[in-house]
Amino acid sequence: MPDTAIAEPKPLTRPQMAARVARDIPEGWYVNLGIGIPTAVADHVPLEREVIFHSENGVLGIGPAPPEAEIDRWLINAGKQYVTLRAGGSYCHHADSFSMIRGGHLDLCVLGAFQVADNGDIANWATSENDTAPAVGGAMDLAAGAKRLWVMMEHTTKDGTPKLVRSCSYPLTAVGAVKRVYTNLAVIDVTPHGFEVIDMAPGMTLEALQARTEAKLHLKQM
Amino acid sequence: MTVNRLIVRLSFVHPIALPDNHPWLASGYDATSPSNDAACPEEAPSMINKIVQSMAEAMAGIADGSTVLIGGFGAVGQPNALIDGLIEQGAAGLTVACNNAGVGHVGLARLMELGRVARIICSFPRSSDPVVFETLYRAGKIELEIVPQGTLAERMRAAGAGVPAFFTATGVGTKMAMGKEVREIDGRSYVLEKSLPGDVALVEAWEADRWGNLTFRKSGRNFNPICAMAAKLTIVQAQHIRELGEIDPDHVVTPGIFVDRVLHVPYGDPTGF
Repeated sequence: MPDTAIAEPKPLTRPQMAARVARDIPEGWYVNLGIGIPTAVADHVPLEREVIFHSENGVLGIGPAPPEAEIDRWLINAGKQYVTLRAGGSYCHHADSFSMIRGGHLDLCVLGAFQVADNGDIANWATSENDTAPAVGGAMDLAAGAKRLWVMMEHTTKDGTPKLVRSCSYPLTAVGAVKRVYTNLAVIDVTPHGFEVIDMAPGMTLEALQARTEAKLHLKQM
Repeated sequence: MTVNRLIVRLSFVHPIALPDNHPWLASGYDATSPSNDAACPEEAPSMINKIVQSMAEAMAGIADGSTVLIGGFGAVGQPNALIDGLIEQGAAGLTVACNNAGVGHVGLARLMELGRVARIICSFPRSSDPVVFETLYRAGKIELEIVPQGTLAERMRAAGAGVPAFFTATGVGTKMAMGKEVREIDGRSYVLEKSLPGDVALVEAWEADRWGNLTFRKSGRNFNPICAMAAKLTIVQAQHIRELGEIDPDHVVTPGIFVDRVLHVPYGDPTGF
């Protein structure tokens, strides 16, 4: 076999994706992690690192999940999971909590998504116009309000349909909001020129990635 | 008349200039005489006491067609006893605003199941068991207004603060902005959202005193303080009743001015979701 042979791509696992996102979050940032895949990012940010996690229901400074015996029933996150509060953490009411979001005080929000378009549009709250019970929660506030919006999602749907698209077909959560996308195959910046690939899973090539992506990909000029 | 009496009393401390022909200056005028102040009884002014002794008292006067703001996020800070009281009280044709749309067949879900809620305003009608809401919604028996969570909170806060509407970037370019004014301000687009005043607020607090000063517990604070400030009639269930002055003023989250009735409901810790 020639040396130039392309290895089989090795998609990142969910914990590897979470660790990859965690690595890119600097000390001192105030961060909201969306419900679902992004929640796992916190598991990869040790308490020694002063990254401050926010939850929509008025909790700033969330610590690790409690062991069963130490659950406090008065302390949940927006995903309604039991959490802990680290030293320096605080509580506030919903209007103050969303002032942190809508007032541009959060450095970063990481959300899951159904689709991201190469102009930064995100669709993550409903999969069709006649969803029986549409539920938006805080996604639109987070997408429009945080200083940066990163998306963490699988690169394609289970049946291989691209989720990185030219234009979202699902109802939008926000327009032009996404700055970066972390998938199981690549890390991609959203720029005025469209999607720019800054990192790929082991064994992945730009051609193979493009084949799994509807929108045009560019390689970031480092 | 009450105002007159107050001025007369204050005048002992800070004399105020009255015109020479003012009746108070006429000889023989007695400021404390009942004939001069029919609205004020002879005995000492009664104490403010917002603490009620029964659920019936707490729920008195809630009319059909009321808009009811309900605090809580998940099971935490949810005024379950008051929701049960509202079920018992009987008001119908309600508009309910709260973050979720009920779980299982109890509390808010039960109120909806009984056909008493015409319209629900919420951000997240899904839950671990949203069967009642989904059944009613599919059958067209309940109207749903879906609102981004921060917009829902701000609409209540604005109502409490006397702000009739506000511009927000949340929802611009999405179906949430349909039919609403969108305006560009300093180069960014914003959608106009109206405030959400309530006729009634149902609130859960940790501590309360007879003036209605409130504290909350951990993530049980959530929507409760903003519901309290946004309604004409704010009804609170509190785990602990404190003597006046016992709650450190620095710890009061909702000052009593926003509260009308307090019922002592020491139920313990929240359970379920």
